[in-house]
Amino acid sequence: MSRFTVAELRERVDRIFYFDVSSGRSYESLIDALALLPRAKQDFALHWAAVAAQTHLEIGYLVILQAAEALRRMAPAAAEGWVISALDAYDASGIRAAVARLRDIDGFLAASGEPGSRLSLAAVEGRLARFLQGLSGRPLRVAAGEVPWTDTETVFVPSGIDAGSPEASLAAYKAIVGLLWGQTRFGTFNADLEAAFTQAAGEPSGERHDRARNWFPALEALRLTACVARQLPGLGRDMAVLTADLPTDLPGVREDLARPEATVAASLDWLSRLLDRAPPPGGLRGEVRPVAAGRVRSERIGRDTEILRKAIAGLMAALGRQGAGDDTMDIALETGSLEVELSVDGQVVSLPPEGRAAAESLVQDLGLIPPECMTPAGPGEWKPTDRQDPGPTATMETHADALYDEWDARRGAYRRQWCHLYLHRVAPGDPAFVVDVRQRHQPLIRQLRRRFEALRGEDRILRRQPDGDDLDLDALVAAIGDRRGGAEPGERLFLRRSRTERSLAAAFLVDMSGSTKGWVNEAEREALVMLCEALEMLDDRYGIWGFSGWTRTRCDLYSIKDFDEAYDDRVRGRIAAMEARDYTRMGPPIRHLTRLLARQPARHRLLVNLSDGRPDDFGDEYRGHYGVEDTRQALLEARQAGVRAYCVTIDRHGADYLKRMYGPAAYTVLDDVRKLPLKVADIYRKLTS
Amino acid sequence: MTTDGAVLHALAPELERIAEEPYYHAAGGEAALFEAAAVKRLPVLLKGPTGCGKTRFVEYMAWKLRRPLVTVACHDDLTTADLVGRYLLAGEQTVWLDGPLTAAVRAGAICYLDEVVEARKDTTVVIHPLADTRRVLPVEKRGELVRAASGFMLVVSYNPGYQSVLKEMKQSTRQRFVAIDFDYPPPEVEAAIVARETGIAAETAEALVRLGGLTRNLKGQGLDEGASTRLLVHAGHLIAAGVPARSACEAAIGRALGDEPDIVASLDDLIAAVF
Repeated sequence: MSRFTVAELRERVDRIFYFDVSSGRSYESLIDALALLPRAKQDFALHWAAVAAQTHLEIGYLVILQAAEALRRMAPAAAEGWVISALDAYDASGIRAAVARLRDIDGFLAASGEPGSRLSLAAVEGRLARFLQGLSGRPLRVAAGEVPWTDTETVFVPSGIDAGSPEASLAAYKAIVGLLWGQTRFGTFNADLEAAFTQAAGEPSGERHDRARNWFPALEALRLTACVARQLPGLGRDMAVLTADLPTDLPGVREDLARPEATVAASLDWLSRLLDRAPPPGGLRGEVRPVAAGRVRSERIGRDTEILRKAIAGLMAALGRQGAGDDTMDIALETGSLEVELSVDGQVVSLPPEGRAAAESLVQDLGLIPPECMTPAGPGEWKPTDRQDPGPTATMETHADALYDEWDARRGAYRRQWCHLYLHRVAPGDPAFVVDVRQRHQPLIRQLRRRFEALRGEDRILRRQPDGDDLDLDALVAAIGDRRGGAEPGERLFLRRSRTERSLAAAFLVDMSGSTKGWVNEAEREALVMLCEALEMLDDRYGIWGFSGWTRTRCDLYSIKDFDEAYDDRVRGRIAAMEARDYTRMGPPIRHLTRLLARQPARHRLLVNLSDGRPDDFGDEYRGHYGVEDTRQALLEARQAGVRAYCVTIDRHGADYLKRMYGPAAYTVLDDVRKLPLKVADIYRKLTS
Repeated sequence: MTTDGAVLHALAPELERIAEEPYYHAAGGEAALFEAAAVKRLPVLLKGPTGCGKTRFVEYMAWKLRRPLVTVACHDDLTTADLVGRYLLAGEQTVWLDGPLTAAVRAGAICYLDEVVEARKDTTVVIHPLADTRRVLPVEKRGELVRAASGFMLVVSYNPGYQSVLKEMKQSTRQRFVAIDFDYPPPEVEAAIVARETGIAAETAEALVRLGGLTRNLKGQGLDEGASTRLLVHAGHLIAAGVPARSACEAAIGRALGDEPDIVASLDDLIAAVF
């Protein structure tokens, strides 16, 4: 293929960008950058610029300007990674970070290294998170950061490590998270570090202060490696690489900090004696950030104290005591294992799990449980937290109940923690709606119930089995007859009872977007009433949710009926109150229900999705191809998780995207909304019989 | 017919008599509670995670109370006939064979239904009349009402950690029992148990117990349960047999707990951290 001419390039660039010359950018610089490249590189640059421009024009612009340089220095596959890392940086921190990432080809190459030996955080994130969960028992998130550090709740580690081989890179990751976990576990933040730096340096800022700040992580690394090695020798060995670069002529430092009784105070003591020397570079040891860590830590201490006090109050109430007044309460600590033993008047009592976790967390933060934490809280419902499971982790500030990745088909990659899902309950509406539907559709409901009744699992008796609960007398008589007559008697002489159990959980996900307003919403609600009436004939576990939303930062999921809830007046009221709201971003609710379904104790899991057309959300980005592809991806994920998805959609135009989008699931298109109420129950019956 | 009779006799369920004292490390007052329940003829429910010593405890109590022990591991195909008994064919006649429950009722043995929630719900109902003051077992097929001999005691165990609605115990069943809670023992005790059972050095046992604690932290994060005391003992046995500690733990703990490569990798990370 011959390379594009200037005129052809102008036309193609024109399709991607629509900024005007006054913005300080001109097509000419872009075309100049492309004109002399071979066709394959032109194609690469134009393709990825188009992809990137859909996220931000500036990124697309830079991709073209930098493409020649990037492709000179790396293979196209690596260069794709370079663009995607910039898009990830944009998602995480905005346009500045993305621009910096694109310009820093050196940095990207350094971080990515030789293919095969570099390990990216994305590849081991889950593994490290579980490793930390195992070590600490309290949640510690893993996230990418410029340098390793921790705020005591999130551990920031490099987005990629190249230590020569994947094994060595993994060991380096484990060493880093081990060190950062050690900081939270063995009390690095259990002192006023800023004040200590100032005291050691004799100045609140300046060179000596900086030296104190930079020596401290190295000293702590020595101390913590020794602490960890005492309990976890294997991890201690991995962590030894973190301090291998420290000068060998530090008389007495290593020995002193390796003492079992050495605390953070010991590291601080050494600071003033080392300030004449230049501190070693942080490297994999990273930094200690006292202010950020202190804020998070004190919030957690407050929270844990509250939980512990409430737990103790609950315990005292259970013991039949009012206040702490004349009781002697004692907490015994097993510092090695964090075991906390609470005794009241010399008698050992056991805290509820939440209280115990809070107490253990306090011991990790404070080294002890201060007396004020042990005064029972005033009366009040024992409610540790409404949100036990925060869902996937995020570094971004959010109050969402869960965060979900979203598939960006243009990039061919997930946008991490992209969608913020909020869970709501619908306030019950007028139950008269349900009464009315029941009356109007009385004969139909009766018919549906009869059909559903036939689905119930029942005992069957299997005859002529080789083994079983009882003798099959018919078979026995025949066998005796055979034997008397000289024939070979049969051996299958038993009856066996076999039960065909329906082990099934179903979730119904109903579109509550603005476009359903009117007939569709009405039909959906009617469909739900008839479905519930029919499902009451079976023991299947089922739940109903509605969804709507407005952009990725507000995806709403409304719970109408949980799996465990009975179909009662409250549920009927909620069905009546379902109303058309905003937009249709289908990925997050599908992913959330997949997760809920996966937890259901059933052999078969079914997700039925009712909607009125293609996924749609505010803003051009999601509409069309992007939304269709993400929904398809969410359905694929559901299938991988063992959830069978079925989509019922009302679309008079029978659009072509349906086949693509619902490909991973099965689906039905209804051309008439009036068919919906009967159809949903019928589909369910067919799927489960 | 006599030969058939002899064969059938050999088929009758054997009642286990525990001659030697089983090793059991008491965690609290469970033995005293159990004895009191035995005196007062109350059935006992042992609650606790798998592999924390429930079965060993029952063996120990059977030895202590000098009663025969019948253990039935319940499963979802366990039928009433499997517990109560059934007719067998002998030549052209039918011969009744007592099931393990009936045998225990007649002999005054301790009948231990392990993981009782695993049994079909209709099956567990047969224990109801045995588990209240009536202490009788109706054997419908023979039209017989077997009265429990004085030593008979019903003990069932279940693991509340399953969290599965299908595996929950019905109130009508559970409210007949005296319940005793079991859990993994405190670290020092657990280490002593592992060392005693396997003969490994105390430090190795402590490291195994520490590993057990780390895996229990992963409960709910891809693991249904952490490593039980039993798994730690298995790993200890392998180590005692000369297997290097890491390989022993990977086989006895890592691979035993999970199948998913991700989870197994995480468990291996924890093993590598401890050893």
